[in-house]
Amino acid sequence: MTSFPQAARVALRDGQLRDNLRVATTTIRSKRATVVGERSDWQELRDAGEAIKRRALRQLEDYLVQFESAVQNAGGVVHWARHAEEANRIIVGLVLASSASEIVKVKSLTTDEIGLNDALAGAGITAIETDLAELICQLGGERPSHILVPAIHKNRFEIRDLFREKLRIPYLSEEPVALASAARAYLRERFLEASVGISGANFAVAETGTVCVVESEGNGRFCTTLPRTLVTVVGIEKLVPTLEDLEVFLQLLPRSSTGERMNPYTSLWTGVTPGDGPREFHVVLLDNGRTDVLADEIGRQTLACIRCSACLNVCPVYSRTGGFAYGSVYPGPIGAILTPQLRGLGEAGSLPFASSLCGACAEVCPVKIDIPKVLVHLRGRVVQESRAKAAPERLVMRALGSVFGGPTRLRFAQALRKTFAVFGRSRWLPGLGGWTRSRDLPPMPEYTFREWWRSNR
Amino acid sequence: MFPKTGVAAVQLLERLGYRVDFPQAQTCCGQLHFNTGYQKEALELARRFVRVFANAEVVVAPSASCVAMIRDFYPYLAEQDGDAALAEDVASLAQRVLELTEFLVRVGVEDVGATFPHRVAYHPTCHSLRALHLGDAPRRLLRAVNGLELVDLARADECCGFGGTFAVKNADTSSAMLADKLDAIAESGAEVVAAVDTSCLMQIGGGLSRRGLGVRTLHLAEILATRGSA
Repeated sequence: MTSFPQAARVALRDGQLRDNLRVATTTIRSKRATVVGERSDWQELRDAGEAIKRRALRQLEDYLVQFESAVQNAGGVVHWARHAEEANRIIVGLVLASSASEIVKVKSLTTDEIGLNDALAGAGITAIETDLAELICQLGGERPSHILVPAIHKNRFEIRDLFREKLRIPYLSEEPVALASAARAYLRERFLEASVGISGANFAVAETGTVCVVESEGNGRFCTTLPRTLVTVVGIEKLVPTLEDLEVFLQLLPRSSTGERMNPYTSLWTGVTPGDGPREFHVVLLDNGRTDVLADEIGRQTLACIRCSACLNVCPVYSRTGGFAYGSVYPGPIGAILTPQLRGLGEAGSLPFASSLCGACAEVCPVKIDIPKVLVHLRGRVVQESRAKAAPERLVMRALGSVFGGPTRLRFAQALRKTFAVFGRSRWLPGLGGWTRSRDLPPMPEYTFREWWRSNR
Repeated sequence: MFPKTGVAAVQLLERLGYRVDFPQAQTCCGQLHFNTGYQKEALELARRFVRVFANAEVVVAPSASCVAMIRDFYPYLAEQDGDAALAEDVASLAQRVLELTEFLVRVGVEDVGATFPHRVAYHPTCHSLRALHLGDAPRRLLRAVNGLELVDLARADECCGFGGTFAVKNADTSSAMLADKLDAIAESGAEVVAAVDTSCLMQIGGGLSRRGLGVRTLHLAEILATRGSA
């Protein structure tokens, strides 16, 4: 994948994108701050969320097996997928078995992660995204750029133009109501025709085999209730032990993500119910690198993520580069730690460095993932894994390590550096082109602190 | 790089009646190495730090990010290395390492008797805000300075974009973050930007100089140490 600095450079040149992002992230950020501020027990809720997730991950194997048998007891079918390819093969097989040529989808990051839509297209099946923002991305031939607000990079004028062209509505206005109505008319027909619905899951309850989807538009509920067959893709980290645990997460999630006290639609279903909803229900439990993440004692907390996207909205890097620069369906700070762990540091090794370590993400995380700590931990792994290479950076770091190895060496280096003092404030130094493109270097001081100390004490 | 900050910190502490020592054997806390992924090198520097300052009653550092490194990440380094003795030493030392304004507030000083008749904007650095939770301690110290006018800085708690090697590895993103910080500083009408980390001030100062905004950067210690006009 393209390295973050390279991808970010392209994104930063897009002034419209930066304006759209600034407006959107600032709005969500302040909504979140308001509704979080209403809760005097917010920190206790976070502690509870963290504890439940930690417990679930510690005994994940047991909870998965418990979940499997609960789903089976409720008339559902459970499939285990080691990686994306296996998951796609299972899902394509299920859709083909129902002879559907078009399916409807609930907004789902996990299905985006495995590239399900492409796999379905390869088998001649059209996947219709029914979340308004996902639909906008799909019609525009783009990937989502935000976990919760996939089309955050677009403003309503851009969406109007897209709908005018793709949905063939020539006189559409840019009013949000008009845009939503146009999408609704288009989607209603799809819901009524589809025989297969595909969803992800926000939570999967081990105790009962219940699956939970949290959404705003109600389109997800159409997808999970109207079609004859429902396929739900669940990353194995989505397990929570008991139904009671949802009490905590259904408070943490909407306040952290959309800045609402409660989201409009929370759907819970358990297996199949004769005469109500789908007649066939399949769950695909997906690993796709997650057990590797679990093996890293520091990195594993990443799996506690409930995909609220609060960390994106407060991130000074994300709010300037947008989501595409992260080269994954998981952008922002959480993406910077999740993607390299799922795909490997060799492929996504630039992502842990895509942060100034300002800590804003950790402060808002509803399950208290220490993102800066995981970032520096992964940086250590990146350096460790490439120790053999003689990169210029390594030489500089070694040299600095040696300079700081003792005061005598440090004094010598400082004396050497002072020869630069005659230049005053420099605008350029070899090797520091990245710095000096927008910043001058400080003038070299005429004396060192050590010299002052010695002559004054 | 910024000797005046250290000098000011010493002068300020001595003026307040504290005996200051500067152990010559000290070098660097290792944050630069650690944040760039060079944990082995950082570990060596952590060992040195712990050894050099083992007998200090209180270690005062005029840098929030260095203190955060010691407090938040020395334990991690010791744990990763499986060095129980180091972990123990870190645990006992870390609580005696204080950022300068943190120390002043802890000993109950708010008015340090400084005079600085200028318009100052205070930039709360990320580590001072989110790692050390200094809150409004630095602002309280500034407000007590004779003649100083503290002006508001818009979106003050947003990162300036420095982030150590981030500023070079991700120079474009870092510069975009800095640009917004510089806009806020220009809007504030300040003559001086103050902060408790020289690293962030190097980033901001470099940007101010390039833009020719005519605003100076000063470490908080330098303002608090000033008696007359500066």
